[in-house]
Amino acid sequence: MNFASTVETFLQLLSSGLIIGANYGLMCLGLGLIFGVMRVINFAQGDLMVLGMYFAFIFVGWVASDQTTTFLWTMVAVGLAGGLFYVFGNVLHRVLISRVTGMRVAALEDAGHSPQLILTLGLSLVIQNAALMLFGSTPSSIPTPLSSKAWKFGPLWGDQVYLFINQARTWSAILAVVAAAILANFLRHTSLGRQMRAAANNPVASTYVGVDVNRSHRIAFGLGVAITTIAGVMMATYQPFQPYTGQDFIVIMYAGVVLGGMGSVGGTFWGGLIIGLVQQLSTLVMPMQLQSTVIFAVFLAILLFMPQGLFGRNVERV
Amino acid sequence: MLYYSSTKRPLLGLLALLLVGAIMILATGNTYTLLILTLVSIWTVLGLSWNLLGGYAGLYSFGHAAFFGLGSYTVGILFHDYSVTPWIGWPLAALIGAVAGILVGYITFRLKGPYFTLAMLAYPLALLSVFEWAGWNELALPMKREGGFAYMQFGDSRIIALIALALMGLAIWISIRIERSRFGLALVAIRQNELAASAAGLPVLSWKLWAIAVSGAMAASAGGLYAVVLLIITPQAVFGLQVSAQALIVTMFGGLGTVWGPVLGAVILVPLSEFLYANLGAALPGIQGVVFGSAIMAIILIQPQGMFWAIYDRFAVKRTDEHPTVQDVTLPERGRSPLSVGFPLLDISNLSLSFRGLRALAGVSITVKEREIVGIIGPNGAGKTTLFNAINGFIEINEGDIKCAGSSLVGFKPEQVAAIGVARTFQTARAFPRLTLLENVVVGSFMRYSDDKLAIAVALNALTRVGLTDRAYVPAGSLTNHELRLMELARALAGEPILILMDESFAGLASEDIEGMLPLIQRLRSDGITIVIIEHTMHAMVRLVDRLIVLDQGAVIANGLPSEVVKDLRVITAYLGKRWAEHAEA
Repeated sequence: MNFASTVETFLQLLSSGLIIGANYGLMCLGLGLIFGVMRVINFAQGDLMVLGMYFAFIFVGWVASDQTTTFLWTMVAVGLAGGLFYVFGNVLHRVLISRVTGMRVAALEDAGHSPQLILTLGLSLVIQNAALMLFGSTPSSIPTPLSSKAWKFGPLWGDQVYLFINQARTWSAILAVVAAAILANFLRHTSLGRQMRAAANNPVASTYVGVDVNRSHRIAFGLGVAITTIAGVMMATYQPFQPYTGQDFIVIMYAGVVLGGMGSVGGTFWGGLIIGLVQQLSTLVMPMQLQSTVIFAVFLAILLFMPQGLFGRNVERV
Repeated sequence: MLYYSSTKRPLLGLLALLLVGAIMILATGNTYTLLILTLVSIWTVLGLSWNLLGGYAGLYSFGHAAFFGLGSYTVGILFHDYSVTPWIGWPLAALIGAVAGILVGYITFRLKGPYFTLAMLAYPLALLSVFEWAGWNELALPMKREGGFAYMQFGDSRIIALIALALMGLAIWISIRIERSRFGLALVAIRQNELAASAAGLPVLSWKLWAIAVSGAMAASAGGLYAVVLLIITPQAVFGLQVSAQALIVTMFGGLGTVWGPVLGAVILVPLSEFLYANLGAALPGIQGVVFGSAIMAIILIQPQGMFWAIYDRFAVKRTDEHPTVQDVTLPERGRSPLSVGFPLLDISNLSLSFRGLRALAGVSITVKEREIVGIIGPNGAGKTTLFNAINGFIEINEGDIKCAGSSLVGFKPEQVAAIGVARTFQTARAFPRLTLLENVVVGSFMRYSDDKLAIAVALNALTRVGLTDRAYVPAGSLTNHELRLMELARALAGEPILILMDESFAGLASEDIEGMLPLIQRLRSDGITIVIIEHTMHAMVRLVDRLIVLDQGAVIANGLPSEVVKDLRVITAYLGKRWAEHAEA
């Protein structure tokens, strides 16, 4: 009996870990794309995502007249938020980010990393607090009829072990996987995608073969912001958010990106997936409230013990 | 901000600041104004704490809230749960801050640049949820109706404002002392070129640990006082990202790497944001964050070094009379008695190392005798610089042994290798560009002399030996390539080496400059220094060296007199390919 319930808890956490992890994976993919192509650490990524969640929240509240259609409208909001935030990211890159990134900082001491981090930290503070002014601190969410529905599987073992899988979460996980696959194909098989990968690999050499590096960066930044926002909006159907939510996700996102190997765009999806699993499964042995502490510990451990994905080589060329 | 310039002027500035502060505090009776003045002091201290790491050592932390929060909760928990007065809890908080700093530093200093910055973020956020989980969600310091003084509770808020001012004065004083000492210079050197600093004998990790210990103590004492002032602490208020951000922002806004930066930043930003919050906070609750966020964005885009430097560059009279006086210092008779000429000084046996399967050095055995000048040549990628990196401790070797003057260097850190007497110069000169030549060179003599006057005298003497005396007070960033090469040599000499490893010291030099360096290097040899030099300029090499060693694909393929080596078939093959070797044979 006791064993059976342990198995059940484990299966439950495993499935929710995979499902949430797929969403984290997509989130990380957005950040990873920006880092991979531009080598920019965008600290405001989580806050831009929260803005997207508020956009969808307002949009759905405005158009969806009754409960039954909210799920459909949320999916529309996902698409709209993606497009809108692609443009927003594009503009943001043009007016702000490009001033501390790209070719103009390539030769600086630390390739401009510190100004980039600090500029986006400032941006993050402004967005968070502007959101606080506009929307207040009460947590919001986009409840759809599916948010409270679950598929029941079982009995899986004997007559005791059942598995419940939330429908809203599952749909968002499936969409996340589809979006990630589309992005991967875009990068691999289109000319623009190849240009972006070239700009990522060697910006100077790319300019020699006619790649417009600044344009690649602008598109990557817009696309990265849009992808993370899409993941965020889908997550808003089952997870409440408030203006400071971005902070909680920034470390989750970085943990995923670092784990996947900084710069490896595909790897970041798997990194995010693993972080989701770790977060959910940690509750087997740790109190729920320490979930994020576990993530931070994992993050530090990855940085310290698996830095290969990070630096490439340990010794600077002398 | 020369490290050897006097502390008199900044200390006068500090005195004036404290005087103005005290007058303002005593003149006002308004509790709210006093609270703001107190907060200005607290944020200045936190800014100064951040500045020690970020401003001088270039280690930008996104996690100073960890120390601040630990300080707050140390005072709070001791008072609330154990009735320990903040008078005791406060110094304890500083101690805990220092210990936490060393722990965090020891773990996190392995990471560089932005990875360090992001990793620092994890500490306060992890602590935040731990404290929430542990049930310290809202910790209120008990009010003492009687005997408040014994518990740092005063009827008159002016007293606590004065205490905060005193803490700020102490933090500024400590910062000034650090800025104008070899501690400060070491941190700046590490920021500008960590590898060169360690090769010159600076114990990089321990200087960084000192910096983060002092920084942690300062931040924790600011946090401790914050608890006393506000009486209620929550994890979000003391461990939150906003605290870390504010530490960074007051400093970077005010000015990076100067004590006056955090002061200026806090004096402008704290009252501004408090004023806006008091007037508009009800309608616009996040106004403080917006003020701080936009301030830092503006400063990064417009004046990345901060306000202080903008003012300084425009108005400051450049003082040129601040040169140290060294006439009254007699140079010490130093140096070991040289071993007899011909004694093997550097003995490398069977040295191998590979990078992830790529074999860079394969069983290299080389012996260099006392007072020899040995040249190392070889085609690109032969492993020449890798050999130097292995000797001086930049990379770990897989196999073999490196002995210098009898002791094995295997497993030594660069600064330990330097202490044994092995100096080196770099393929591309590694200067500390914003420091003067003298400051660049004196970094090399720190490990030999704990007395600053002596260290400076030795550094000046080293500059004289390479002929750069008249450039001593020029920033290294404005030197020519030739002068940079000489400066590196002087920095090596300042450490009183027995062996100098010179990596392509003639690269990019005009032939008359090379002609000038040859007698200089020969003079070093007659002063008792052994030299190993990597160089491609063969016409200079054949005249300079006693012996040539040729490396190819990580192995020694020839070793002998220059005239013999250049005829060696294997050498010709390595450089020009088989066909030319056949030519040469015919």
